[in-house]
Amino acid sequence: MATLLRSITLRRLAIATVVVLGAGYALAFLHAPEDADQGFIQKIFYLHVPLAIVALVGFIVAGLFAIQHLRTGDSKWDARSYVSIHLSVIFGVGVLLTGAIWAKGSWGVWWEWREPTLVSFLIVFLLYATYYPLRYAIEDRERQGRYASVFAITAGAFVPLNFAAVRAAQPLVHPRTFSDAGGLPGSMLLAFLVCLAGMALLWVTLVRFELASKQASGDLKRIRRALGGDGGPPTPARSIAPVATSAMSSMRAEGKP
Amino acid sequence: MIPLAIENSDRYVGGAYLVFLLLLLIYVAIMAAKLQRIQRDLGSLAELAERPDARPERDVGQLRGREQEIEAVRQGGQR
Repeated sequence: MATLLRSITLRRLAIATVVVLGAGYALAFLHAPEDADQGFIQKIFYLHVPLAIVALVGFIVAGLFAIQHLRTGDSKWDARSYVSIHLSVIFGVGVLLTGAIWAKGSWGVWWEWREPTLVSFLIVFLLYATYYPLRYAIEDRERQGRYASVFAITAGAFVPLNFAAVRAAQPLVHPRTFSDAGGLPGSMLLAFLVCLAGMALLWVTLVRFELASKQASGDLKRIRRALGGDGGPPTPARSIAPVATSAMSSMRAEGKP
Repeated sequence: MIPLAIENSDRYVGGAYLVFLLLLLIYVAIMAAKLQRIQRDLGSLAELAERPDARPERDVGQLRGREQEIEAVRQGGQR
């Protein structure tokens, strides 16, 4: 699976994302019927729920990458974990904003503190918002990567636990997706699943895009060093986010600092 | 239970999708700016690499030493 994903170029992935997302929203607006209870406003469901699912799964995936980082010590896994969390936090902002708009249109309020689904998602989002200050507070890259990975694993394990707790809690107004009671009719389910696949593809595409950018910036640094270090062009202030370079991992394997 | 207040659905649906698009656009714009910076850095590095005086001081592959040895042997042969 990983080999298959690696063999797909970024361009193909981007095209597939546009096609699947386009098809998904065409199905949602043109094929799926309007909700009998909520009417047209229910169309936000095809955006809000896939965003939420992909963001939460992204946090778990970041935890799995972090496990690989701690096991192998290879900085590329740390970079993957960092980028996964970064994208999931951005998707999380989307979930909170689209959810607030839906809540305002549907319930008449922007936020409902008594609703466990909303509050639990906010807790997860705020938890991951602390990932950045934690990471950037540590200057030593080796330690930074290790601590960030421990955080990603712990927080990643919290996500499914949190999801299960919300499922067990009594809902106030927020409907449960994929619950035993009721469920989506066929055409709505089809549109939803295509939108979910499109959103997952969008996440993977953006992760690959950001990783490629980090790889390029890491390679640039290596070339600058190889050309004589001080003789290179002035380097502007940069993020201390991890850079995925093959050289870093091979140096570590050789025991170099 | 909070009473349902379904009104102006179009406005809310449009707003939600617009917010998502805006978020995506902001992210893509930031990434494009980063890529531009990488391209600029790459350009200046290429210029630096092409400058003859900017070549690294170290003797990669000890070529200079070998060239001197060959030259010394050649001069010895001529004598």
